[in-house]
Amino acid sequence: MNDHLKHLAREAALGRMGRREFIGRAAALGMTALGASSLLATAAKAAGAQKGGTLRVGLQGGSTTDSLDPALATNQVAQSVIRLWGEPLVELSGDGGIESKVAESYEASADAKVWTFKLRSGITFSNGQPVTAADVVATMDRHSGEDTKSGALGIMRSIVSVKAEGDSIVVELDTPNADLPYLMTDYHLIIQPNGGKDDPSAAIGTGPYVLKSVDMGVRFVAEKNPNYWGDLGNADTIEYVVINDNTARVAALQAGQVDMIDRVPPRTAKLVDRAPNISVKSAAGPGHYVFIMHCDTDPFANNDVRLALKYGIDRQDMVDKILNGYGTIGNDTPINASYPLFTELEQREYDPDKAKFHMQKSGYEGSILLRTSDNSFPGAPDASALFQQTCASAGIDLEIKREPNDGYWSEVWNAQPFCTSYWGGRPTQDQMFTTAYLSTADWNDTRFKNEQFDQLLIAARGELDTAKRTQMYADMSTMLHNDGGLICPMFNDFVDAVSDRIDGWVDDTKGYPLMNGYAPMKMWVKA
Amino acid sequence: MNSILKLVAQRIALSLMLLLMISVLIFAGTMILPGDVAQSILGQSATPEALANLRADLGLNDPPVTRYFQWLFGALQGDLGNALTSGQDITSAISTRLSNTLFLAFWAALIAVPLAIFLGLLAVRYKDRWPDKLISGVTLASISIPEFLIGYVLMYLIAVKLRWFPSVAMINDGMNLWQKLNSIALPVAVLTLVVLAHMMRMTRAAILNVMQSAYIETAELKGLSTFKVIWRHAFPNSIAPIVNVVMLNLAYLVVGVVVIEVVFVYPGMGQYLVDHVSKRDVPVVQACGLIFAAVYIGLNMVADIVSILSNPRLRHPK
Repeated sequence: MNDHLKHLAREAALGRMGRREFIGRAAALGMTALGASSLLATAAKAAGAQKGGTLRVGLQGGSTTDSLDPALATNQVAQSVIRLWGEPLVELSGDGGIESKVAESYEASADAKVWTFKLRSGITFSNGQPVTAADVVATMDRHSGEDTKSGALGIMRSIVSVKAEGDSIVVELDTPNADLPYLMTDYHLIIQPNGGKDDPSAAIGTGPYVLKSVDMGVRFVAEKNPNYWGDLGNADTIEYVVINDNTARVAALQAGQVDMIDRVPPRTAKLVDRAPNISVKSAAGPGHYVFIMHCDTDPFANNDVRLALKYGIDRQDMVDKILNGYGTIGNDTPINASYPLFTELEQREYDPDKAKFHMQKSGYEGSILLRTSDNSFPGAPDASALFQQTCASAGIDLEIKREPNDGYWSEVWNAQPFCTSYWGGRPTQDQMFTTAYLSTADWNDTRFKNEQFDQLLIAARGELDTAKRTQMYADMSTMLHNDGGLICPMFNDFVDAVSDRIDGWVDDTKGYPLMNGYAPMKMWVKA
Repeated sequence: MNSILKLVAQRIALSLMLLLMISVLIFAGTMILPGDVAQSILGQSATPEALANLRADLGLNDPPVTRYFQWLFGALQGDLGNALTSGQDITSAISTRLSNTLFLAFWAALIAVPLAIFLGLLAVRYKDRWPDKLISGVTLASISIPEFLIGYVLMYLIAVKLRWFPSVAMINDGMNLWQKLNSIALPVAVLTLVVLAHMMRMTRAAILNVMQSAYIETAELKGLSTFKVIWRHAFPNSIAPIVNVVMLNLAYLVVGVVVIEVVFVYPGMGQYLVDHVSKRDVPVVQACGLIFAAVYIGLNMVADIVSILSNPRLRHPK
């Protein structure tokens, strides 16, 4: 979109130009009436933004054991706090594209093997130090070095070298990857002075806010960074309060103690929405709840057993009862419409006859043990019970074993052959497949090993023709759908709630919780 | 008086032995739990290399016995070390948490203990009449309901509907005493309801027990009012069992309120300990466990000493 059009939209939003006139002039610039109206709506919202005040947010998922070091961030609260004070090179935008942050622009070599990121000039860290290419190189080094503890190590492996070149950095990859900018949006890869090597948890970055008070797992207070380069950030002060208990979090919003909360339980979301001063916001995203089978362990090594279980699950029933409608049905691939190059496959339906047929064909008799726990996803034990019932009508005996929450991720997930789990999803197909379905992936939690799949995945990375690439991803999804160890009954929506004390919510087309963690900065306190 | 001092000295020496044994138990217990701190920190995003690096970094590759003695020597010199997960200094982190916990426990005890004893006396005075039945009924009902449910009910009625007090009991250094008290009103109310019944029933039972004695009859025949008989003659002789129960409840207010802390988002010791147990952060678990054990041992010691002092037969043994 060009600047002239943006200027016109702002003029119209401020009432200096009529709506009809704006749409006419936008049309002259080649824009449809529909596009022009939505542009006008966005501009109207942004023009109404009010600065100042304190915005308070109640978040789930924090612990006193958290660290401010971005390399060790795992939970929602740590990620949200990082976004206040720090920025990666580039960030996901609300429509699933890429937004520039510390890097002003980027470009790839023709084979997508060498990428150049041009840094924004004249920006400084919150300690006053200017941001240099050396800082960025040091950051990448800290997350990929031999002795790194970083959670980003998995995505840094394909990087051969990172070099500073004037005010740019040059990233060289071992194999072509058209999606590198998406990898750089990872929340661990926050640009820190000297890469954070001196003091990783100093919380000094280029973000719109500066942390003033930190009480891990309890409360964080941040104030506007006066030297921030962009116009992000409306409230003077943002306060994050960790409220892990669902009922307490909703009550805090209802009692007016916080203005915004995340993870409203789907069961009570409709009830919460009925309160006059509160509105519930839900965003469809790539997150999904799964039942995972190890493709290399009996009885799941037999594809007929896997198919029998895939036909034995009632997906719509789960969306209705477990998500209370806040979600969409899955199709035994980790990919849904929130991915950029999505192709719809034929939907697999609940079919007890087919389930029975495949079970008999496999020759397996006896019960199948499914392990589950409360924290594997909200409502996992209930979902397992539903699965047990639908399997029973197909003559399959599913035995459920309830495991303790404590230690589930180290002892059960990625260790036992059949269990419940969840995935938060990734911005691109390549990243999702690479993380969990490549033969050599650390988190290949279904033990899916398929040479053809691996070859397609590597080939797709270097394929710059979008149509061909889309077809490749569709083929890979089909392979998982037919042969994979993943039973994906549902994609969960992210359900947040805001009070009427604040304004400025925008529904993202590609959803993550709280507008990808930026809602506290993009929204404002009504005067 | 000398015998008392000797007893206290013996008790303290025994307590220190107990604490040492407890530290071994806690350490062994945390070792038995599945997974380790590195695994818990990295969670779902753990890769084998990152795990290995983190383990080496945190010194987890040393044998457990070496780690225990390293910790013990540090602790004996007053150095509790740093948390493995966040790297924070444990002493300073715990002191804020502990003072929060004591703050909440103090105000809850200040209301609950006198109220429980007073209600107990009242119940004895009107034994088997409606005030006795009402007091017993209400307090027994409140102890029987799970505390988180009482918390939710009060939160809904008082914080959400009436908006008298906040539902989130967040306190920080920037607040003055009045703001802090306002903030902890709801958890204090719930804790009071939870501990009331136990102390009230014990007071009632202990005094009723004494009321059977012949000297009480004498006092009544002297023409003293019933309440005066209870307060001057029965109560001093039933102090020992009451103090025991009061101390047990005080200990509960310090070490057992994690559910209330979670429901009201109160930054106390309970939540701090639970977070670190789930991350297998041994030094912090040790420190918290020892503090909790010390509180229990200390309060029980106070109870014993008070019962000895209040009983002449124990004060002057033959």
